[in-house]
Amino acid sequence: MKLSNTPAQRYVLRIADAALILSQRNAEWCGHGPILEEDLALTNLALDHLGQARALLTLAGKLDGLDEDQLAMLRLEHQFLNPVLFELPHGAHGERDFAFTVLRNLAASVWFGLLWQRLLHSSDAELAAIAEKSAKECRYHLQHATDWTLRLGDGTEVSKAKMQAALERLWPYVGELFEADAIDAEAQASGLGPSWDSLQADWRAQMESVLTAATLQIPKDRPNAHRGRHGQHSEHLGHLLSELQYLQRAYPGGTW
Amino acid sequence: MAETATPSARWQQAWAQLATVLDPEVPALTLVDLGIVRELREDADGGFTVVLTPTYSGCPATELIETEVKTALAAYQPLRVEQRRTPAWTTDWIGPEAREKLRQYGIAPPSCLAPVVGANVQPLRLHESIPCPRCGSPKSERLSAFGSTACKALYRCTACREPFEYFKPI
Repeated sequence: MKLSNTPAQRYVLRIADAALILSQRNAEWCGHGPILEEDLALTNLALDHLGQARALLTLAGKLDGLDEDQLAMLRLEHQFLNPVLFELPHGAHGERDFAFTVLRNLAASVWFGLLWQRLLHSSDAELAAIAEKSAKECRYHLQHATDWTLRLGDGTEVSKAKMQAALERLWPYVGELFEADAIDAEAQASGLGPSWDSLQADWRAQMESVLTAATLQIPKDRPNAHRGRHGQHSEHLGHLLSELQYLQRAYPGGTW
Repeated sequence: MAETATPSARWQQAWAQLATVLDPEVPALTLVDLGIVRELREDADGGFTVVLTPTYSGCPATELIETEVKTALAAYQPLRVEQRRTPAWTTDWIGPEAREKLRQYGIAPPSCLAPVVGANVQPLRLHESIPCPRCGSPKSERLSAFGSTACKALYRCTACREPFEYFKPI
């Protein structure tokens, strides 16, 4: 699939793909939640993110006459521009680690919350409108992730150890959420949206307040080594897409 | 909401027709009750435009709602249906009568005004206790912050022990 790849299109695609890929990951809990309420919660979160992704993909595709389905189902791995954090599996060894799910959703909802807030003032009216809706939904996501982080972090010895281990696994990937580059600079200059690095201080402060209350130790920061936003992904995205895109690959143009 | 200076008889008929369409997921309420219908416009070509607003980004009923509106107004061609995302839909648009209909249907209506999206996105605390829509007891317990649809949470009355759904403020 050929895309114009203008800076504005890439800027929107990065956000769209963050929402789409996180949605797919959270949806993996469907039928596997540790309790029924979590099955409901995580699939509800996934549905919100899917809706946000649909609106953003529709916006990003306009330039090339492509619709949301074509962008979601027919792009190749290197054309996805989400930060690597969102594509990581829940567990390091193929298992579903609820602690990792909770902490990623915390990191993501704080980040999305700050991003939607800034996008309310986007020079693109459609992007601002998507942000207005999403900011409302984000509060429920933030509530869910915050409650579980506090309960499990400041919980039993086992739950705390699992949360701390998950935090150590997650932390090396958060730097990519705040890297500035030419695409960000152009978005900031045109008023399309904020340069992501400008979200870092607020994100850090909000995360620290929750993680400290949850008696978790914040790991040491490391320089960012990930380039998902440039289309360079971990080995996990290909597997995720093979499931997400299976139907359209097997039955091109199939509808129901 | 959809008033023009002097609505024509045809507009009024169309509006009356539109006001009968029920929400597919909360069939106790009409789309107009829920505030999903933002505008009905009579166009220069004699056709009509309906402006709808989605409740949630991922609401799976969005397409179905559009189809049902088209069916209800099939006699008013050419008919156009538009989606408008801003201002974002809020439960504050559900009026007092509609809230009472919800309660009678067994769904507790939103307990407060939806917090405005301000300078910062804060976690939204759901109330721990919501009045029971069946027996009226003020005491209930939250079973699940998320429910069968994106817009609802699940509670149980501690007096009559009946579980019930709660329409979350957003």
